[in-house]
Amino acid sequence: MENSKKIVLTFPPELTEVPIVYRLVKDYDLILNILRAEVRESAAGKMVIELTGEEKAIEAGVKYLTDSGLQVRNAEMDIDFREAGCTHCGACVPHCLGEALKMGEDDRLHFDRAACVLCGRCVAACPLRLFRITF
Amino acid sequence: MSVTRTFEEINEKIKAGKAVVVTAEELIGLVAEEGVTAATKKVDVVTTGTFGPMCSSGAYLNIGHPLPRMKLNKAWVNEVEVYCGLAAVDIYIGATELRRGDRANENYPGTFEYGGAHVIHELVAGEKVHIEATAYGTDCYPRKELNGRFSLAQINQAVLLNPRNCYQNYNVAVNRSRERTIHTYMGILKPDFGNANYCSAGQLSPLLKDPTYRTVGIGTRVFLGGGTGYVYWQGTQHHPDVERTEGGAPTVPAGSLGLVGDLKTMKPHWLQGYSATGYGVSLLLGVGIPIPLLDEEVCRAAAATDAELFAPIVDYSSDYPQGNKSPYGKVSYAELKSGSIKIEGRTVPTGSLSSYSKAREIAEELKGWIRSGSFLLGKPVEPLPGPDSGLGFNMFPMDR
Repeated sequence: MENSKKIVLTFPPELTEVPIVYRLVKDYDLILNILRAEVRESAAGKMVIELTGEEKAIEAGVKYLTDSGLQVRNAEMDIDFREAGCTHCGACVPHCLGEALKMGEDDRLHFDRAACVLCGRCVAACPLRLFRITF
Repeated sequence: MSVTRTFEEINEKIKAGKAVVVTAEELIGLVAEEGVTAATKKVDVVTTGTFGPMCSSGAYLNIGHPLPRMKLNKAWVNEVEVYCGLAAVDIYIGATELRRGDRANENYPGTFEYGGAHVIHELVAGEKVHIEATAYGTDCYPRKELNGRFSLAQINQAVLLNPRNCYQNYNVAVNRSRERTIHTYMGILKPDFGNANYCSAGQLSPLLKDPTYRTVGIGTRVFLGGGTGYVYWQGTQHHPDVERTEGGAPTVPAGSLGLVGDLKTMKPHWLQGYSATGYGVSLLLGVGIPIPLLDEEVCRAAAATDAELFAPIVDYSSDYPQGNKSPYGKVSYAELKSGSIKIEGRTVPTGSLSSYSKAREIAEELKGWIRSGSFLLGKPVEPLPGPDSGLGFNMFPMDR
């Protein structure tokens, strides 16, 4: 069965040249979707990727990344939305790259955490400053 | 024979707990099912609501005299400068005033995290605020410095006094420039028609439901920031002489209201600080206005649907700042609320700055107040200038 998992990778400077994308595809048979990346030579880098493949392959791939010295976090942990303060205006909606923020039939804002690609556009778009991205 | 009723008759029914009150949304359903005549017969009052940023807002306070006495000359509340050009310890907090030292757009786009509107919110939330003031000193007011804290409950008067609220209809803002994202009071606009932002509750919005000001005027009692307020004058830039639909609703910004109310009766939930990235601070404010169904004409206008109410599409990268005529036409609130609109054949996603679900909550709350008999209708002592008043929108005389 095909599964998907969105993760945030943090590279220490000495590992920015390790070809992790190549390894994950070739050795673990995973489909990679790079959603966001900030990787520069000789500086710590960050990447949001979606891994798709067999559940066991994803597990093994994540283990490979951790063993290589990369920090791996569940991407859903990296956005903080103080939903209780939301007024449901919808100012954030057209800015959301992952289409994770949508107005529902009930005229309220709905946030689909799993669809979030951590683009961060909601942070400046929300006039009540209810979003925080730790990426 | 068609039904007519007066403010006095309706208020008697409210006092007796017999008034029939519905929200504007409910009236729309009723008129669709039973027609205007039957709905007018049945319903006494329709409630409306809006919850959005309203920049031309502020509050004046009398903070009480310190000892020895002082005539404030310059003052800051929570680091936000307040206006002291009034009597000794009267101050006015402007909603859009920035915090001292805010670099504004020097590091573009500025984030504008805190300003006058946030101070007003904190006061309403019951928090203590800090005041720092200086004075030149006089024989009767010798004190030259003040550093202290106060809460709303500790001061004499606190009055929300807003020169312009409840704009009757508003522009749909777009950015037609090719490359640059712009930051406006209408929100963040992506280049090349990346999004279209609007700001009205449409079929729930007070002045779109009484489009020719048949019932709203000076003295109208309203829901203001969760408390009770009044219309004290036409709002600034009130310019009712504009293009209108057959039903009388303006298809561009038109009327506006000056509103006043006791800040001490308001609720923090309905009055919040608003940070517009790259633009500034504003006050997010809830207003609800009751419309008495005096006759069928009032009912018909109050039952206008989102599909019958229109707003103009305006480019904010160049046409709006330069005052050029907008070539993109009008769009209905039904289309805006669908999530996207068509502009010159392209699909453009929409975003709203005002909250429709909060507007609905306000209309519901006001309905409850009237039904319980605790809120009577205020009969205007003077009407507002109407569509035939000739009042237009004047620009500054650049030619002197």
